[in-house]
Amino acid sequence: MTASDSWISAQADWLGDRAEIRTDRDCPSLMTTAEHLIDILRHFRDDPECRFEQLIDLAGLDYAEYGETEWSTDEATATGFSRAFEAATSARYSFEDPHPPAEQDQRFAVAYQLLSLSHNRRVRVVARCASGAWPTLPSVRALWQCADWYEREAFDLFGIVFEGHPDLRRILTDYGFIGHPLRKDFPLSGHMEVRYDPDLRRVIYQPVTIEPRVGVPKVRRGEGHG
Amino acid sequence: MAEIRNYTMNFGPQHPASHGVLRLVLELDGEVVERIDPHIGLLHRGTEKLAESKPYNQSIGYMDRLDYVSMMCNEHAYVRAIEQLLELEIPVRAQYIRVMFDEITRILNHLLWLGAHALDIGAMTVFLYAFREREDLMDCYEATTGARMHATYYRPGGVYRDLPASMPRYQPSRFCTKREARRRNRDREGGLLDFVETFTERFPGCVDEYETLLTDNRIWKQRTVDIGVVSPERALQLGFTGPMLRGSGIPWDLRRRQPYAVYDAMQFDVPIGTNGDCYDRYLVRIEEMRQSNRIIRQCVEWLRKNPGPVIVDDHKIAPPPREEMKHDMEAMIHHFKLFTEGFCLPEGETYAAVEHPKGEFGIYLVSDGANKPYRLKIRAPGFPHLAALDELSRGHMLADVVALIGTLDLVFGEVDR
Repeated sequence: MTASDSWISAQADWLGDRAEIRTDRDCPSLMTTAEHLIDILRHFRDDPECRFEQLIDLAGLDYAEYGETEWSTDEATATGFSRAFEAATSARYSFEDPHPPAEQDQRFAVAYQLLSLSHNRRVRVVARCASGAWPTLPSVRALWQCADWYEREAFDLFGIVFEGHPDLRRILTDYGFIGHPLRKDFPLSGHMEVRYDPDLRRVIYQPVTIEPRVGVPKVRRGEGHG
Repeated sequence: MAEIRNYTMNFGPQHPASHGVLRLVLELDGEVVERIDPHIGLLHRGTEKLAESKPYNQSIGYMDRLDYVSMMCNEHAYVRAIEQLLELEIPVRAQYIRVMFDEITRILNHLLWLGAHALDIGAMTVFLYAFREREDLMDCYEATTGARMHATYYRPGGVYRDLPASMPRYQPSRFCTKREARRRNRDREGGLLDFVETFTERFPGCVDEYETLLTDNRIWKQRTVDIGVVSPERALQLGFTGPMLRGSGIPWDLRRRQPYAVYDAMQFDVPIGTNGDCYDRYLVRIEEMRQSNRIIRQCVEWLRKNPGPVIVDDHKIAPPPREEMKHDMEAMIHHFKLFTEGFCLPEGETYAAVEHPKGEFGIYLVSDGANKPYRLKIRAPGFPHLAALDELSRGHMLADVVALIGTLDLVFGEVDR
């Protein structure tokens, strides 16, 4: 923690058990939950010691496959490429859904990047979504208006519902799109493809004809590898 | 009494003034805009999802294609995020090269913006002038990286290769006489730095030309002054960054306030506006081109005097030189591993931002310790800017919507990602 990050320690009392403070390489960050989110963000925006005037970014996160790999690096066999290969990250290689549904506890989160122009600081607040039929978080549109589209985007791509958002529609995907493409259980190729049908003389939707395949398997190498 | 009702009108997605594929659903009261609902995503390519399925190095090319008129600035944010997680120190010469190309890119971007914006609201000539200078800067791209636009030049740890010592020349042909070829090659006798230097000598005069055409032009002022006024408070609320924020009078520039690469060693001014209208934002961007020109000159001067490595010597991150691979087994293995598996980043998350020509371009990177990003979020400046279009255009005439789309400096490659 550098001297410029000491302001966050000063906030530790106020934060109490509302949030857990971490220090990342770039700026301090907080882990919190849906119930404390609005309190913390409003405090950060209005408190003279913080004054985070801008919400720079809002990013959905899906932790379903965090730390999983496709390639075993501990032991070797004699069978070549397939020796240890496992298409664990379903998002890319299969159309099945091996993961528990969205109710899975602690699966979704949203990261808010805040910027204070007056103090020249940044902070990141990561809030775990409340689980249920849909992962939910309260909307911060009333605090920063630019959250409007960011929340629509996170809803579109991750299916995170922001309570209190006045107009939660899809924004980036096609009209009539089904599914939430940045979830880890959504295949990279998608489910539907579009082509021109010369017989019907119009553009049609059909199930994808792409064979799922592995490019580079995902591996994790520890410190000091090689 | 006749029944009066509002019109709902569709604008785009294929419209010359929509700067790409923007669809607007406009609600009009006569010619006055009541509400705008922008429909975006027609150019959505799923860059973030694609990046999750590839090793880090293979996504640099996708970054070029986000904001496809300021290619290298996008790359800069991405490689900075990787370098932050690796805690990598990169050679100073590489940092100067990056700053020089960031500023060349800023001029490229602003020239396209200026030409297109002026064309949209009725000034044809500026477009042709702007493309004349863009051509020279594209040649710099091509001489250095081999590509006129999608360079893939910045790499984690530095840049791909050093600046070339000679510029490509025109050959006489059926389409280019000997005399014409000699004229075109006049600036190309030396290396890239000489070419860039002659450009920077010429360029302030070119900016004067654009200003002669526009700054005091009565029609230009009628179309831009007091159009789309944003107060500083609203600019912050709406998430504005870059020239949009400075146009409203807030002196915020990441190059100055949170310097990265070697921007803290550079002399430049940060122009700001006073009224926050389209005309102020025009003036801010024009001045930014002059300041970029200043920065480029400082970089050229430094780069002439200080040869050195342009990429780190750590072959776990950067490939070994080609000659070394011909005789050194270890270099060969490094090369193979790097291009098949890539490198792993330590577990953690980071956010890296650069002052992109359009505003703050940021990369939020979450790594779970693997050779691919676990999550890559691209913070595109155009996204919140376009979201504000509804608020900016309320009460303005339909024709002003075109001026507003121009002033936002939109490129759909980054808005839709």
